[in-house]
Amino acid sequence: MIEVDALTKRFGDILAVDRLSFTVQAGGVLGFLGPNGAGKSTTMKMLTGFLRPTSGTARVNGVDIQAEPVAAKRQLGYLPEGAPAYGEMTVYSFLAFIAEVRGLAGGTARRRLDQVIREVHLDQVLSQRIETLSKGFRRRVGLAQAILHDPGVLILDEPTDGLDPNQKHEVRNLIRGMSSDKIIVISTHILEEVDAVCTRAMIIGHGRVLADGTPEELAARSRYHGAVSIHFIEPVDAVKALQALPGVREVEVHEGGRSITVFPTVGVTLLPGIARLVEERGWEIDGLHQQRGHLDEVFRDITGGAAA
Amino acid sequence: MSMIRVLYRRELAAYFATPLGYVFIVIFLVASNAFTFYLGGFYVRNQADLEPFFVFHPWLYLLLVPAISMRTWAEERKTGTIELLLTLPITMWQAVLSKFLAAWTFVAIALALTFPLWLTVNYLGEPDNGVILAAYLGSLLMAGGYLAIGICMSAATRNQVVVFILSLVVCFVFTLSGYPLVLDAFRGWLPVGLTELIASLSFLTHFQSISKGVLDLRDLVYFLVMIVAWLYASAIVIDMKKAD
Repeated sequence: MIEVDALTKRFGDILAVDRLSFTVQAGGVLGFLGPNGAGKSTTMKMLTGFLRPTSGTARVNGVDIQAEPVAAKRQLGYLPEGAPAYGEMTVYSFLAFIAEVRGLAGGTARRRLDQVIREVHLDQVLSQRIETLSKGFRRRVGLAQAILHDPGVLILDEPTDGLDPNQKHEVRNLIRGMSSDKIIVISTHILEEVDAVCTRAMIIGHGRVLADGTPEELAARSRYHGAVSIHFIEPVDAVKALQALPGVREVEVHEGGRSITVFPTVGVTLLPGIARLVEERGWEIDGLHQQRGHLDEVFRDITGGAAA
Repeated sequence: MSMIRVLYRRELAAYFATPLGYVFIVIFLVASNAFTFYLGGFYVRNQADLEPFFVFHPWLYLLLVPAISMRTWAEERKTGTIELLLTLPITMWQAVLSKFLAAWTFVAIALALTFPLWLTVNYLGEPDNGVILAAYLGSLLMAGGYLAIGICMSAATRNQVVVFILSLVVCFVFTLSGYPLVLDAFRGWLPVGLTELIASLSFLTHFQSISKGVLDLRDLVYFLVMIVAWLYASAIVIDMKKAD
């Protein structure tokens, strides 16, 4: 369990993190969302014991990161922003060094190294110097380094930043695969990532929690939640008929009448009624679906005032 | 202790992973020999000792040691690995000490590679090898002092050029603090006691007696205290400046 208790960080006049408090239980992925400069990385740096908070503290499985930093750090795996690693070392010697520092030795170390290298797909670059690797491989080295000692708590600062779509997919699978018995905290500003891996999302702005819930709960705050989009093959004048349906709050027309979005009043499901209407009128359509809400819209709404 | 060994091994290996380490050693060997023969008049003096070799060490270190120490922390900060290193389950003291010990070992290796000179002087005459050993020890201790200063400067900023110049200046002040060049800057406005204290901190005065083979406990203690004090300051500076 991670317990964050009124964590505050001040850089001169700037209040980067403002009395942040929350707890995270094992078995899930918490996504930190927020505009650049919202305090995500600073919070992570304090959680991992790199920065000393101005006030407040955090406990990792009951161990206070300030009072017993070494004991707390032992339970953590951390991928700092940008996945830094010693460029002059080869991938293997770097990971072997981390294993040693993490107290893994002999057979255990070899087994863990083999396993992690397989999981993160580093086999082909083991004897290459890290500075010669592509961004994707470097990020994977950073990830390997963080999970090597199979920590109970994994903190990943923008784990998929700079990866191509295939690599992103792989890393997300990896994170999901590990999430059942660990606490994983990731920070991201890629909203699709929240949908893809997070079981809980926390939107942060100006160093405070602005919203906290499952991705579905957050998406439900969107104006588009429950809205039905219809796409016509030929433009159709359907606005009047749609507006007449029970529970319709608003109808928006796009693409010169080829596309229509129908917004419900709260708590109404529009899809069956609209489907029936389409059939009755014999409208030719090639798309009809109900939206769960746009996370990016919610994000903009919530952080609008807080955007740096 | 075993943690320091793990960190130390990585640090030391890093010196030999890039050309920097080899370039340093070559330049150190060429320069120390050139000074000995051309400026020190090794042959002309017609004495079987290595004083013309050791007497130039403060000046050699003044230029070359900051080149070694400048990357220690500035590089970690520039590449972001400082965040990786300091979130591993290690203490600040282990990090600082292992970096210092690795750098010191590296300089010791360079110093040890000057052994042909020692062979030469033994071939040419019958030097007092005890004096030579003492001078080597003193030289190594002094190098440690310069390194500790440089490491502290390296902890203060990420710009390596700034680190190099700062180290050079601070090392220069400490080298010559017993001499008018530095003392006159303080004499006018500082109490006599403090000026004398500054004078007593001179690397050069402490090294000169050692280089003549006089191993005074006070000189040894002086260099050890210098090293510990500057490393302690480094730990504080790193902790303070971590965020930027």
